[in-house]
Amino acid sequence: MKSLAELQAIKEKMQNKVALRDGSGEMRVVVGMATCGIAAGARPVLSTFVEEINNSDLAGKVTVSQTGCIGLCQYEPIVEIYEADKEKITYVKMTPEKAKKVVEEHIKGGKVIAEYTFAKENA
Amino acid sequence: MKEISLNILDIAKNSTKAGASLVKILLNENDETLTLSIEDNGCGMSEETVKSVIDPFYTTRTTRKVGLGIPLLKLSCEQTGGHLSIESRDKENHPDNHGTRITAVFNKNHIDFTPLGDVVFSVVTLIQGDPDIDFLFIHKMSKGEVNLDTRELRAQLGDIPLNELEILNWISDYLKEQYEEIQI
Repeated sequence: MKSLAELQAIKEKMQNKVALRDGSGEMRVVVGMATCGIAAGARPVLSTFVEEINNSDLAGKVTVSQTGCIGLCQYEPIVEIYEADKEKITYVKMTPEKAKKVVEEHIKGGKVIAEYTFAKENA
Repeated sequence: MKEISLNILDIAKNSTKAGASLVKILLNENDETLTLSIEDNGCGMSEETVKSVIDPFYTTRTTRKVGLGIPLLKLSCEQTGGHLSIESRDKENHPDNHGTRITAVFNKNHIDFTPLGDVVFSVVTLIQGDPDIDFLFIHKMSKGEVNLDTRELRAQLGDIPLNELEILNWISDYLKEQYEEIQI
């Protein structure tokens, strides 16, 4: 049975890890979590990003956050990727599977998946 | 919304946006009914605003002209013969005691009752999104109770943020274990 005391051990382990991060947050992944996003399936998309990014040790470089409605409800779940000195990329109609691919190819590999973007969807 | 847990996630986010420091998510279940209440100590709403939030064409946002969160929850409970109520005290008129409480009562045995779904997933998602806000989650059932108070977690963790994956996973396991304990 889990107990709150276990958190002490996690804390000690985390302190070193958290201190090592420079916190520069070179890249930001923002998932739309308003009514429209949630109803379209944003909850598992968000958790996929959180898991994949942390499991691949990108946590120091990439932050994952939530935002409200950006006014393109019919394209939800929407994920925006912000990177310093680069144009914002908007991925639309996301799924956990697509999220995994975005982590692999875009976040790790630096290659935008044009097929999933709003620009492509709207072309 | 396919699960009530998704409504919970959606409505509780209104509380975090209202500047609350503590959001309480309370589920009270018996054989016949499920009562959901979401309470916060955020900025609250004026009496006039409370009246208009059940209107889908009212929203405080400017990105578009509809706000469906509360109307969807209202529909979801009313289609089971239940009801929704909102009480709110705005900051302007109640500077020391402001906040909002939304209560939805569902009849569980009605054919149109939406399943509660993965409420643990919603609680963890809320903490991921707003790690600086405290959440109190209590789910009372006839066989027992599941609870989580992030203030207790914070007391142990100090300044380690609650949205670290390891901690989110711990919270998820902690809640799931409590549910399993009740099922046995």
